Amino acid sequence: MRNLWVFISKYNAFFLFIICFIISITLIIRNNSFQRSGVFNSSNEIVGEAYSRINKVQRYLRLAEVNDSLAKENATLRKDLKMSHFDDSLVQQSVVDTISRQQYTYIVARIVNNSIHQKNNYITINRGSRHGILPGMGVICSSGVVGIVKDVSADYATIYSLLHSDTKISASITENQAFGSLVWGEGNSDPRTAVLQDIPNHIQVKIGQHVVTSGYSTLFPEGLPIGRILRTKEKGGESFPEIVVRLDTDFSTLQYVYVIKDLFGAEKEILEKQSKKDG
Amino acid sequence: MGRTILINIVRFVLLIFIQAFLLKNIGFYNLSIPFPYILFIMLLPFEVPNWLLFLLAMATGLTVDAFYDTAGLNAAACAVLAFVRIVFINVTVERQGFENEPEPKLGIMGFRWFFIYTVVLTLFHHVTLIFLEAFGFFDIRDILTRVFFSSLFTIFLIVISEFIFFRKKER
Repeated sequence: MRNLWVFISKYNAFFLFIICFIISITLIIRNNSFQRSGVFNSSNEIVGEAYSRINKVQRYLRLAEVNDSLAKENATLRKDLKMSHFDDSLVQQSVVDTISRQQYTYIVARIVNNSIHQKNNYITINRGSRHGILPGMGVICSSGVVGIVKDVSADYATIYSLLHSDTKISASITENQAFGSLVWGEGNSDPRTAVLQDIPNHIQVKIGQHVVTSGYSTLFPEGLPIGRILRTKEKGGESFPEIVVRLDTDFSTLQYVYVIKDLFGAEKEILEKQSKKDG
Repeated sequence: MGRTILINIVRFVLLIFIQAFLLKNIGFYNLSIPFPYILFIMLLPFEVPNWLLFLLAMATGLTVDAFYDTAGLNAAACAVLAFVRIVFINVTVERQGFENEPEPKLGIMGFRWFFIYTVVLTLFHHVTLIFLEAFGFFDIRDILTRVFFSSLFTIFLIVISEFIFFRKKER
């Protein structure tokens, strides 16, 4: 204790200096706003830095929770997205014409599923029975024939694509009015071509001639483009040559199609059924 | 003894008066602000005990602060000044040889010693003062410029005034 007093009195100048200086600094910080804000700001900086570091750790620990909540929020947001809503507006063209009566109307549909590489290809569209689509209707697009409606649900319909072995479309050659049926498959699985059958041998078929719908079926209006003749091959011993047609429609890039509604279709069918029964 | 106290009181009042009412209004672009009031602390007698020295230094500093509205700034600088004064005198002056020389004055100590004494003490005081005022090292070039020019001005004033009073007294 005595040594401590000796030490303090020996260096009393230094201790007095320390005391005075501390008093002065205290005064400065307490009474001068600039220095006070400086001190408090820097202390705030230190405290804030510590908090942010701790927060970083906490954030990492809560990652799973945050992920769950974000996923939930994503789900609710996705529900509100436009593409989650079924587009129910129906675009149906019908021209009011007093000279000739309307036979065909068209229903716009968007393709939601499509395939071209299967043996039997189907297309799904976002229109169904609620929009007036019935099985057996023809489907076209801006560049040509697409297929025939197969099954219909309330909001969707599946289509026999032209690239289906069961699809048969009545077609004719524009230049000579010869008609046959267009098929696909059976040894020809190129999605860009189809085969026109049942054209008699005596008809002169040239490469590049146009193939269109014939109008003998109720499915398609007459004269819709299908494609052009790519090549012909005469088979030995048969009366019909094989005519390969390059399709106008590129099935791999189809987006929108029109479903054809034949207003007289029912009448025609009933009549034909009756004729068959009678005959 | 009584005469020394009286002289110091007069000196204190005079220096504070000059500092507060004249020099407070003098400054060159805020770069050079003289503080010759420290002369009072510098000229206190050698015999003054440390506690009294610090007390007087704090009193001087706080008085100037009161006029400058900067509580504690000059007090802190004066505390540094007092400490440096004690160290400087301990290092350079042999106490025994100056028992009959009461004050560290130009006429008694000689020009060289007094000049170094003034420069060292002024620099310590001004560095403390200006750094505490800026409270940081954000604009170190500006701070150092102010320290340099203010010290130059203060040293000039102190030396000049010492020359004036020294001549008068001796004659």
